[in-house]
Amino acid sequence: MIEINKLNARIYSKLGQSGAAFGVGLIEALNTSADIIVLSADMSSTAGLDRFKTMNPNLFYNVGIAEQNLVGIAAGLSSEDKKVIITAQAAFVSMRSCEQVRQYMGYMHSNIIAIGIGAGFALTFFGNTHYAIEDISIMRSIPGITVLSPSDAGQAAKAIVAATELNAPVYIRFTGTMNCPVVYTEDYDYKIGESICVNEGRDITLIATGSMVYNSIKAAKILEEEGIFVRVIDMHTIKPIDTKVLKDSIDSKLFVSVEEHNIIGGLGTAISEFIVSESGFPPLLRLGVMDKFSHPGDYAYLLEQHRLQPEQIAEDILIKYKSIL
Amino acid sequence: MPNMEKYNYLKEISHKLRLRILELTYGVKKSGAHVGGGLSCVEILATLYGSVLKYDINNPLDKSRDRFILSKGHSAIALFSALEQVGFLTKEELDQFEMNGSPYYAHASRNLLKGIEFSGGSLSLGLSFAVGVALACKRDNLNNHIYVLLGDGECDEGLVWESLMSAAHFNLNNLTVIVDCNGLQSDGYTLDIMNHSSLADKFKAFGFNVHDIDGHDLNELQRVFDLKDTENPNAIIAHTVKGKGVSFMENDKRWHHGVLSLNEYELAISEQK
Repeated sequence: MIEINKLNARIYSKLGQSGAAFGVGLIEALNTSADIIVLSADMSSTAGLDRFKTMNPNLFYNVGIAEQNLVGIAAGLSSEDKKVIITAQAAFVSMRSCEQVRQYMGYMHSNIIAIGIGAGFALTFFGNTHYAIEDISIMRSIPGITVLSPSDAGQAAKAIVAATELNAPVYIRFTGTMNCPVVYTEDYDYKIGESICVNEGRDITLIATGSMVYNSIKAAKILEEEGIFVRVIDMHTIKPIDTKVLKDSIDSKLFVSVEEHNIIGGLGTAISEFIVSESGFPPLLRLGVMDKFSHPGDYAYLLEQHRLQPEQIAEDILIKYKSIL
Repeated sequence: MPNMEKYNYLKEISHKLRLRILELTYGVKKSGAHVGGGLSCVEILATLYGSVLKYDINNPLDKSRDRFILSKGHSAIALFSALEQVGFLTKEELDQFEMNGSPYYAHASRNLLKGIEFSGGSLSLGLSFAVGVALACKRDNLNNHIYVLLGDGECDEGLVWESLMSAAHFNLNNLTVIVDCNGLQSDGYTLDIMNHSSLADKFKAFGFNVHDIDGHDLNELQRVFDLKDTENPNAIIAHTVKGKGVSFMENDKRWHHGVLSLNEYELAISEQK
């Protein structure tokens, strides 16, 4: 079990989501699931798998820069009752091998945990070929795949453990860079499908995922200074989405979704799909990547372009909130 | 089984497979079936199911069984016919071919209890899957063998070559890839559409132990299936004729997926001896 405390939360954060998941979570997962095999498309060092590989050389295969074959080999291993974790860059595992994910993980229901590293804008100066702003949308639309998006490095470690216990196809996207912000400094229950309220507030419900949970908490603090109280939800599971928390928040005057993903097809869309078929929900402001490619730069510069920094999130919420009062 | 007796047995299976493929094709009427590529791999499937593969229809989940993965998924009509011949499927089950809701349609869907290892349809995905299966069986020290059937048109797909490279890299000597080289694909001759030049040379260059044979010659098929390399993955480049055994279908791309009229059906059946 991964237990979060102040000290290890800081250490995990240094490793980033991927480093913590593969360097700590995966090694923990081995204690409960002996027959785990890890495959990578030439991304093991980048992903933080070196410690795992050194400890368990027989449990790892590098299939080369071949994401399609990565998923196919994983499916073959899975069909022989192996628990398989695959990792490649989020852009490539979700798009280069999209059909393989659909066929093997979706249609054939192979129990593969596919981990997309460097999702969102994590790959900064590599540019748009390496940004993954569509992966949630793609994975979410394939029947039978659970989609996770951890909010900090410690949660990434918890997510990989939980995914190995699920016995179902799972996609996990890792966002943020090394030294990513810490959302949780104390231990908590992580359950796939059950979101976590990280800030209470009666006026607005802000539903965030991945890297945007931390920025949303900061935005909520800014709004609090304006006398607006914001409930912040860490929607770490995007599929199946936690509809209970949405229902519980129905008395808010405004819903806001925040994600480091295109505003089409991601978290905001998933929320809207639920609330449009129910009555009594407040309007939903969807914040995310503004349906356009970006000018490459550092991480902060990229978030700024899409108004995803805490101050910008707070500003945009304030404008919307005032317009509906 | 002595050689001659085995030959006659495999010939008899091949004959029955052709009859059944034609019957099923006629049975689905205007929705048509992938009859041409089904007929080209008849001897390959007859040899595999009649002689080469280790399986037990009463114990279909036996870990040590050989695996047969149909990567050229549109030849499911031939696979189903073979599975019926050896008892995995009943006649009544296969008579449901391409009826609404039937599990047996143009492409097979994985069902181990019925001897179906893979959900085919999307070309090249069976080979990549087979590499993973072969890797798993080696890890588990199973003394079995994994056979995959590809089409030559299928070799246009990039994933085929990723998979072949990885099979050799992981020393999968428990894998045999058979290519049903019938020389035709949906739009015409493979030579015109995407010329692979020599597939045998390409497979050799990718690290395979290669046999280049007549894919309708039951003796040759039997011989090369027995010649497995102990170090490298194996490949059988089986030269075949699309629509084999039906004069008006042979080497005619229109029978990649075709509809049989009653007259054509009767003529086709009359040619089977």
